[in-house]
Amino acid sequence: MTTSVPWLSLLVAWPLVGAAAVWLTAAARTRGVGAGALRAVRGVALAAALVEVALLVATFTAFDTSAAGTHQLTETYPWIPQIGASYAVGADGVALALVALSVVLVPLVVLAAWKEQDGDVRRLRHYLALVLLLEAFMVAVFVARDVFLFYVLFEAMLVPVYFMIGGFGVGARRRYAAVKFLLFSLAGGLIMLAAVIALYVQVPIDPATGARPEDAFLTSNLVGYFAENPMPVTTERLLFLGFFLAFAIKAPLFPVHTWLPDAAQHAPAGTSTLLVGVLDKVGTFGMLTLCLPLFPHASTWAAPVVVVLAVVSILYGALMAIGQSDLMRLIAYTSVSHFGFIVLGIFAFTSLSVSGSSLYMVNHGISTGALFLLAGFLIARHPERSQRIADYGGLQKVVPVLAGTFLVAGLSALSLPGLSTFVSEIMVLVGTFARSPWAALVAVLGVVLAALYVLLTYQRIFTGGTREGLDELPDLGAREKWVVAPLVVVLLVLGLYPAPALDLVREPAEVTLSDLAVAGVEDPPRSDPFADADGTLVEGQASHVTRSTDEGSES
Amino acid sequence: MNDSFVAPAVDWLYLAPILVVLGAGVVGVLIEAFVPARVRRTVQVVLALLATAAAFALVVVLWRDPAVQGSDVAPYGVRVLGGSMVIDPFGLAVQGIVVLLAFLAILVIADRTSTGQDAFAPSAAAVPGSPYEDLTRRKGLEQTEVYPLVLFAVGGMMIFPATGNLLVMFVALEVLSLPLYVLSAMARRRRLLSQEASFKYFLLGAFASALFVFGVALVYGFAGSVDLVEVYRSLATPGGPLASMPGLVVVGALLVLAGLLFKIGAAPFHAWTPDVYQGAPTPITGFMAACTKAAAFGALLRVLYVVSLGLAQSSPATREDLFVALWVVTLLTMVVGTVVGAVQTDVKRLLAYSSIAHAGFILVGVVGFSQLSLRATVFYLLVYGLATVGAFAVVTLVRETAPVRERVPATVGAGEAGAPDNPSDDSGEQPVAVLGEATHLAQWAGLGRRSPWLAGTFSLFLLSMAGIPLTAGFVAKFTAFGAAIAGPDGQGGGSTWVLAVVGVLASAVAVFFYVRIIVLMFFTAPAGGADEGSGEGAGASEGAGVTVVRSAGPTTVAIAVCALGVLLLGVFPSPVLDLAAEAVKFVP
Repeated sequence: MTTSVPWLSLLVAWPLVGAAAVWLTAAARTRGVGAGALRAVRGVALAAALVEVALLVATFTAFDTSAAGTHQLTETYPWIPQIGASYAVGADGVALALVALSVVLVPLVVLAAWKEQDGDVRRLRHYLALVLLLEAFMVAVFVARDVFLFYVLFEAMLVPVYFMIGGFGVGARRRYAAVKFLLFSLAGGLIMLAAVIALYVQVPIDPATGARPEDAFLTSNLVGYFAENPMPVTTERLLFLGFFLAFAIKAPLFPVHTWLPDAAQHAPAGTSTLLVGVLDKVGTFGMLTLCLPLFPHASTWAAPVVVVLAVVSILYGALMAIGQSDLMRLIAYTSVSHFGFIVLGIFAFTSLSVSGSSLYMVNHGISTGALFLLAGFLIARHPERSQRIADYGGLQKVVPVLAGTFLVAGLSALSLPGLSTFVSEIMVLVGTFARSPWAALVAVLGVVLAALYVLLTYQRIFTGGTREGLDELPDLGAREKWVVAPLVVVLLVLGLYPAPALDLVREPAEVTLSDLAVAGVEDPPRSDPFADADGTLVEGQASHVTRSTDEGSES
Repeated sequence: MNDSFVAPAVDWLYLAPILVVLGAGVVGVLIEAFVPARVRRTVQVVLALLATAAAFALVVVLWRDPAVQGSDVAPYGVRVLGGSMVIDPFGLAVQGIVVLLAFLAILVIADRTSTGQDAFAPSAAAVPGSPYEDLTRRKGLEQTEVYPLVLFAVGGMMIFPATGNLLVMFVALEVLSLPLYVLSAMARRRRLLSQEASFKYFLLGAFASALFVFGVALVYGFAGSVDLVEVYRSLATPGGPLASMPGLVVVGALLVLAGLLFKIGAAPFHAWTPDVYQGAPTPITGFMAACTKAAAFGALLRVLYVVSLGLAQSSPATREDLFVALWVVTLLTMVVGTVVGAVQTDVKRLLAYSSIAHAGFILVGVVGFSQLSLRATVFYLLVYGLATVGAFAVVTLVRETAPVRERVPATVGAGEAGAPDNPSDDSGEQPVAVLGEATHLAQWAGLGRRSPWLAGTFSLFLLSMAGIPLTAGFVAKFTAFGAAIAGPDGQGGGSTWVLAVVGVLASAVAVFFYVRIIVLMFFTAPAGGADEGSGEGAGASEGAGVTVVRSAGPTTVAIAVCALGVLLLGVFPSPVLDLAAEAVKFVP
């Protein structure tokens, strides 16, 4: 099903154009007046990001939400037929939701970076060009329907992020953080590479041509093939581990999470927003869309361990967050905790928990993005740019708007009812409870700890007596309000009326579960009271969706 | 090169690419004797470039030749001179890669940069530090023998992978090696290091040649011939020599392979690589690293396939023994290349270890031992060669500077023109002299801020070597490791996947040291700068500045072509992979 307008390719290509434009604008005007060049660079970058948002809106109109479980707007072209790789894009509900998340966050990050890099045009132009370049990679990786293409983007994304942390970060140890980030990711990625190749080798050679099919790497082909011809047990488990390790590092899951706090501490706030808000979702997205469908038996085999790791992540991340003295590290650790919830939901194998995790990915991106950006604004106001929480205090009276929005963002991190994160968290917990009650029960502790780390932090920074030297700080300016407002609005709207987002993620979750059916996984009977109370969820349960056949054997 | 040349017994046409290059080499020698010094260099450069370009064109013509490609009724490949030369798609592919890379390398060799000096000693015969040497410098002498020497080496490299006769292979080995020994000794600066490199290279090279020739003798001992077809026949006969003298077969094959592995720079035959790569003039290092490796891998594959296919017919167990040895070499090569490479502080040595590591990665593909392996090897050689020539070309442009009061050659006056380009030199009124290459890693700190384009392309080459997706190195690694994982039967049989896993882990280590250079170039302040915690900047040669000299043109072209190639082959490798897939046709 190829549409006349290649919306997804446009979404991928446009940020590249934007990046080139930013770069060339600055190159043309670097020798001119500094301020003029600065304005031009910012303007071009913001315009490019906003046009991308318009493209996204257009894509949504072309997307049929009632069939969110199938990949739509697909485009498939042979890319490297010799090794079975195609340029194949297409989006189901989850992919589109994550694309939307990245596309919405980028203009805000651009806007937030306005005053960063000390107004140095040359540095700013590189930074903004990298942000747009990264946007192209982010969009592409979510819509890739070809394992090879996904892998290529998964790895290539590291390069711009590496430069964004190492080149534009803060603090003496930013290079260390950048290298640590790169080495962790690459180590995982290279092991995944071996698994990707081995996966390809599992596809039989076509006797007619003497080679493997030219579209062997299409995810749908692979899933369809392995559903009928399961791999040997050991092979499947090894390949699963190869993929899972890369995704666990990316996600990041305990115990391979240690790069994240360092990276977040030393990256500019905008980079952290994209890194934690969007990029790390590629890890959980990969688990959801590659690990589970490709290796259903191995996934169920590994699920108990993964669930334990996820629960450990939840508690460990939360406890570590409580103990942090650095604001950025604290937010990073809260994310470790939240990623634990996402992974828990995915590996609980119920349609409720899986759709909850999908939704969680989006909500967490917004919530963490808001927190990182606000923390960035706060730190930029400090005379010494201190990231230490102890250097702040009593700012509620000085910067009430900043304090208020920070509180809202913080409350979304602890999943206050009425905010969007509540919906997804409760879905994950209830869904998990049906499969493994004890895991859900322990995970609930994470919610309690979340209240601690959010409220304690708020208390230490914003309440009490104002610290010396901080009583003259300016409140959020118009630009900064524009950055935060959309995020707060989305948090509130999706908290009160989550149906549109739920529509996107529900059917894909059903498809994932149907892919797992070959491993004997059934959706547990829906006896929990919550689902009965919520009409939409029960309705979703009724329509049993499977991976449609035309997609399963695409050629 | 047309019909009138065709003698009845010899199909000259199929030798045309080789003849053109060797002929141009001979003409180059005559030019040395008869052309006035004024224009000699220009003539030599043009001749060398034309010869390699013409050879490439001829290779392309031959590639489409029906006799070479074969048809439904006729087998592919042409045997010339009774099998002394075998013109088949595989040999032509390697020849094409060699001349293409040689063309790019000659561009770099020919560049005098904005200093007006090339990379070679005015008179290599002068004793380093002697008054005579001083005199040759002041006179502004130039050694244009470099170009014929390079052409002879290229000629040898073209014969090497395209011969079906072990003795001819040995002659080719010497033809390509001897000029390289000489060229290695000709560096303009750090003459002693250069001569030491040449001496080591010569000694070890002679040793390896001896191994090779001894192996050939043993092979002749059991096969009664040095023709690979005969060797194959003899090996494939059950109950043949293998039954009566198995030791001779294994030792003979191993010795021949050892000689070839030396040229590849595979561990444990790699010891010469870092010293030679470091000491040789950098443009020659680039040429040697890229082209020799391509040619030697071509020869290695030819011998290996004959031996292995032959043994598979008669004695699979012996074949296994042989492969165990190859496994060990592959593993060692990867580990040595990456682990030792990670602690290097000299750019050229680091690239040398990287080249050892890449030899290991290519071997991973080779050991997979299927059609996929051949395709992967051919593609990998091209990709590796492009990145290597490009990277060494960049190295030639990054130079040390010193205040001019030091004893410097008179001809360096032109170098002062380059000095004002360098804003970081605070000694505005005091002219600085541009010296040799700044190869210490610490001197590369902050290069990305002063010369973003140069540092950017260098990073591109490094990323490609590291195998980051969307660069050619990734596709190359993918195909090579893919061949290993697929194994001989193409279905994941065999256990060569272990090699691929080790290869992947070694790649991760290799990434570390490539990235270290990128960190240095982009994130570290130049040595002496007050950036926080630039730990590597401490050991820099104090006082000496670093500058980037402008290329006189050719190097820029070479770097641009290499960078473009690395990018294009990374994003759209399809057409070249197709060509490489055609190149898997072999005449034993």
